[in-house]
Amino acid sequence: MSIDIRRKGGVGESVRRVDGIPKVKGDFEYASDLRRDGMLYGATLRSPHPHARIASIDAAAAAAAPGVQAVLTHADVPGKKTFGLDVQDQPVLAVDVVRYAGEPVAIVAAEDPEVARAALKKITVNYEVHTPVTDMERALEPSSPSVHPQGNIVRTLQVIHGDPNAPADVWVEGRYETGMQDQAPLGPEAGLAVPAADGGVDLFIATQWLHADHEQLAPCLGLPPEKVRLHLSGVGGAFGAREDVSMQIHACLLALRTGRPVKMSYGRQESFYGHVHRHPSRVWMRHGARRDGTLVSVQARLLVDGGAYTSTSPAVIGNATTFAAGPYEVPNARLSGTAVFTNNPPCGAMRGFGAVQACFAYEAQMDKLAAALGLDPIELRLKNALKTGSVLPTGQPIVGAAPVRECLEGLRGLPLPADEPALDRDPMLLPGGAGNVGHGETLKRGVGVAVGYKNLAYSEGFDDSSEAWVRVSVDGHGPVAEVKTAAVDVGQGIDTIVTQIVRTELGIDRVLIRPPDTTIGSAGSSSASRQTMMTGGAVQLACQAVRAEIDAQGGMQQVRRPIEASRVFHHRPTGKLDANGQGDPHVSFAFGAARAVVEVDTGLGLVRVVQIAVTQDVGRALNPQSVTGQIEGGSAQGLGLALMEEVALVDGQVKNASFTDYLLPTILDMPPVVCVLVEEPEPGLPYGAKGVGEPSTVVVPAAVVAALRHATGRELPRAPVRPDDLVGL
Amino acid sequence: MDVLLPRSLEEALALKAERPEAIPLAGGTDLMVELNFGRLRPAAIIDLTRVSQLATHHQENGDVFLGAGLTYAAIVKELPDFKPLVQASRSVGSPQIRHRGTVGGNLGTASPAGDALPVLAAYDADVVLRSQARGERSLPWHAFLRGPKKTALAADELILGTRWKRLRGPGSFSKIGTRNAMVIAVAGLCLVVDEDGRRVNVALGSVGPTIIRASQAEAQIASVMGSSGAWQDPSTTVPDQAIDEFAELVASAARPLDDVRGTAAYRRHGCRVLARRALTWSLNERRLPTWL
Repeated sequence: MSIDIRRKGGVGESVRRVDGIPKVKGDFEYASDLRRDGMLYGATLRSPHPHARIASIDAAAAAAAPGVQAVLTHADVPGKKTFGLDVQDQPVLAVDVVRYAGEPVAIVAAEDPEVARAALKKITVNYEVHTPVTDMERALEPSSPSVHPQGNIVRTLQVIHGDPNAPADVWVEGRYETGMQDQAPLGPEAGLAVPAADGGVDLFIATQWLHADHEQLAPCLGLPPEKVRLHLSGVGGAFGAREDVSMQIHACLLALRTGRPVKMSYGRQESFYGHVHRHPSRVWMRHGARRDGTLVSVQARLLVDGGAYTSTSPAVIGNATTFAAGPYEVPNARLSGTAVFTNNPPCGAMRGFGAVQACFAYEAQMDKLAAALGLDPIELRLKNALKTGSVLPTGQPIVGAAPVRECLEGLRGLPLPADEPALDRDPMLLPGGAGNVGHGETLKRGVGVAVGYKNLAYSEGFDDSSEAWVRVSVDGHGPVAEVKTAAVDVGQGIDTIVTQIVRTELGIDRVLIRPPDTTIGSAGSSSASRQTMMTGGAVQLACQAVRAEIDAQGGMQQVRRPIEASRVFHHRPTGKLDANGQGDPHVSFAFGAARAVVEVDTGLGLVRVVQIAVTQDVGRALNPQSVTGQIEGGSAQGLGLALMEEVALVDGQVKNASFTDYLLPTILDMPPVVCVLVEEPEPGLPYGAKGVGEPSTVVVPAAVVAALRHATGRELPRAPVRPDDLVGL
Repeated sequence: MDVLLPRSLEEALALKAERPEAIPLAGGTDLMVELNFGRLRPAAIIDLTRVSQLATHHQENGDVFLGAGLTYAAIVKELPDFKPLVQASRSVGSPQIRHRGTVGGNLGTASPAGDALPVLAAYDADVVLRSQARGERSLPWHAFLRGPKKTALAADELILGTRWKRLRGPGSFSKIGTRNAMVIAVAGLCLVVDEDGRRVNVALGSVGPTIIRASQAEAQIASVMGSSGAWQDPSTTVPDQAIDEFAELVASAARPLDDVRGTAAYRRHGCRVLARRALTWSLNERRLPTWL
């Protein structure tokens, strides 16, 4: 394998990020920094109601206001009136009905942002307010109003495997819930649309997937695809939030209407309305096992709240359902999942993508089962662990690496952090931290473990290929390699990985990454832990083609003219599920395990997480420091879901659309993460490297809450766990 | 919007007299949030950051004066003897916020979640105000804080600072939030012991429309300490039952609501737990010789 051609700065080395220095120095241009001479600022009028009929819109006063250049409503959308990743059911601007509070109704372009915002207040919308559907279980009742004419079910699926009612010695049962989590990327949604002389438009945008945006934009703008060109701008994090279109179409509509560049840049509050969130879930599970701990059957019902529009709900519930039995050999299963429409804000992609909600439930069940059988929780998991060759409840065999046992044993081998005496400790290092709420009273320590898994790349028959173009030339400084793909570096580091791959494959130190845009084929989304394998794979193929040509010409010294090659990388084909949920839906899997050690102030229900340890199946670490960074970041996001992060909804209204009240973990909340990388190269992937972004987010919420259960003896069926839950109020 | 930039207190008071609608700005940690959310568009702002007289503190004749412009970072650094005040100041926001935010801002905003306010209430502090026309006046904290975001400040007045009689005795401030730093209080409690006045003062934040003093609890514990002889002899044990009763009375003084930050039930529970802990810490501290 070409991994042996070790080059300085190549794969396997913790190469410094190529965008690191400009980002640290503040020189990096994020989308919110974009500007052009003569540009206008766009602003969005959003529905205050979660469900209403629009009787009339009067925009005359806003349009007449000084400095306002355009006010647009649905009537001004020249092409298709709706967009969406899977099903195009989301209006560019609400037509006659609003289905969630925060839905865009009208847009304005004005000479400055203040004038644009003031103009929004001059638009009069008459709403006939209807009762919203805001509870995911009520949405399923026949008496519930319908959010869409076809009813309230986005997707429902069932996986039947063996005989789900097979007799078992012991059964355990539970109901679990997770809340709506926000991706909270530091850079809110932003972009700049520039009208072009050919009647088209150039959009500079922070996104996760240029081509999916492009595919949705052109029809809505009523333009041929070649007249809509997307260029990647600086992306300040994504975590799934940028997979759906937010302000892209709006900015282009305003630019095309006014003939001037239009910038749209959301503030934090608007960002909470401007992107999809993690699906809240309610999960019921029943596990049956033999007396010795061997799993006999898993029965599960999963319900997720998709909110007002389809977004990626079908794939999220597909994931949640097919993963519901956990990374275990389960001979019999009945797993059914449903995603519903409600008048809550739409939910879609977020790191972990359905696997998080499932893991929270199945790992709580495994602990219950261990307690019921009097077995050690890790032993019980080891006894049932998946391995290469195991067959999943979908009937899909695992052909690649499945080091579940190694992950669990790796955790078991890590020493627990030493007990720290509570008295005389700096209160900052006690639960409650800077609040000085205790001196170590009623302090209990708990340890929890979870193991889980996540699919890599897109599933159920989707061919999310990636294209790369590589060109090698020689200038006064020697050989240089240029690379172009449409892969988005959202902060995860794909540009650095690509640079390493080129160095390894071509032995050329100087690697230039050209800015991604839609003039090359799609790279697929920077999500599903897929860019390293997909775009990495395409770059590797293109490099190998260039290398072959260089060799044919007699080596680098003989190269007179630039040599270039384009290649497309496809993962192995997958298939759809049949009516019984049987098939070959997933490409590959990444496994991970986490152990959380917590201290709970049981008097106040406050928590300090002492340590998180993660053992993760990474195939092969192409940049170990970057991998560790992903595991730490994924753990922090998982800890957030376990303890504090939730979009609070009351009757369809978001109550905490700011970082004052949507709490993210601070450095006093987030402990050091001990990372152990389990490296078992995955056949068929470049260098054997698996995606690494998601497994820690999948397992950490389950591990932290398991540790809280251990510390308090309470059931804690819902994440985030609130202080009330920990004190039993 | 006019931004007025006085360089002295006199100038600031003259500007405030001239432009009573102008909103004073110190650290801006509250005001800028209101501006950014578009909830406030004042015709004028008086930036007080250049008025150095406001950023002072001094003590004379047993009184402590804390200037309205003193930042929380300065308090943490310069006033270590006032432990509850330092604890409250340290609990405010992030380092950046503590370098901007001031006690004057907490008073001016008059949010029940202002972290310094329970401490000022427990100290029985006065708020010192001044106008060009009428000169200086002092109001007890509870007369100044008239309700959620409501104060007795006249349109032509500025807050000079706060003054209290220095108390001898232990005390503490605690704040409950749902993360371990940078959080708005779900409940806050300050307890100070006044050895000379033989009182225990307890003030609660974020559990009612304004800061609440738990006066029944204060009376109960002062009386128990009197009858048990604990005031004279700090080594005297105060019975657990009395501490529980005290905590219960503190909890019943709270008037909490359910909101996105916490439930009323948890807030009341938190007051009970913090009251028990704070009293226990102070009683333990009384047992230690002062020179330790």
